[in-house]
Amino acid sequence: MQLLFEILISFFLIVSGIFGFVGSFGMIKLKDPMSRLHAPTKATTLGVGGVLLASIFHSGLIEGQLSLHELLITLFLFLTAPITALFIAKWHIHRHEKPVDLPDAGEDELWATHAVEQVEDVPEHSAK
Amino acid sequence: MKLLRRIFPHPHLTFLLTLVWILLANKPSLNSLVFGLILGIIIPFITQPYWPDRPKLRNWPMVVEYMLVVLWDIVIANITVARIILFKRNADRQPNWVSIPLELRTPEAITVLAGTITMTPGTVSCDLSAQGHNLLVHCLDSPDPNAVRDQIKQRYERRLKEIFE
Repeated sequence: MQLLFEILISFFLIVSGIFGFVGSFGMIKLKDPMSRLHAPTKATTLGVGGVLLASIFHSGLIEGQLSLHELLITLFLFLTAPITALFIAKWHIHRHEKPVDLPDAGEDELWATHAVEQVEDVPEHSAK
Repeated sequence: MKLLRRIFPHPHLTFLLTLVWILLANKPSLNSLVFGLILGIIIPFITQPYWPDRPKLRNWPMVVEYMLVVLWDIVIANITVARIILFKRNADRQPNWVSIPLELRTPEAITVLAGTITMTPGTVSCDLSAQGHNLLVHCLDSPDPNAVRDQIKQRYERRLKEIFE
């Protein structure tokens, strides 16, 4: 039984290691900033999730003492990670994208980041 | 009843804060339960003026279903995106912007939707339109932007609409 538990825990650790690696590898391989933003989302979901599951199983099955505060790490990550991603994305739109390059914003005409500034404010060197 | 509402303006928040406190202590004991309850009563009471029109969650089974759907999608999308990163050449990849017209109007619901889109690998929500009617999403690899839009509307927005509105 012990062996079975250890195999289960190792499985989750390996999964998290693989996705942590793919996340960091993506940062090198992907060339444009917006695509790079996608890489860390893997590290924060399955990468961290795998370690946390392994930790929960280890404390519950091997040490015999249930520990659930790992769930809080997931909760806080899910609260904070989208906000940092949004900040980086908005910065990118602010400095490097013109309204014509983005898809139609429908009835509102402009995306929120562009709505506060004049289009001419986008510096010349950042135009693609 | 009115007094009770004044003391517990957000009963769910009280419950959540107590639960988080007990989990933080990592050992269920009377101590942490009492202190968690104290925090759970004080924090919603003090922050009440800053969150006046909180939405009511209407459909609890749907909340559970939504969380399971999102967790499942995160696992699947992780694998898809890992394959894109490892095996697809940069030249073959088609990063794309997608504009999603929103039917949701509650700010909290839009926040949850945007957060979900960011946490599922392959898509990142980047901006709202000026009046909050559209959501701008960046896709890592989407030959067909319309399919991404339909999937997000079908899987997430429909369920959130039942939960919040």
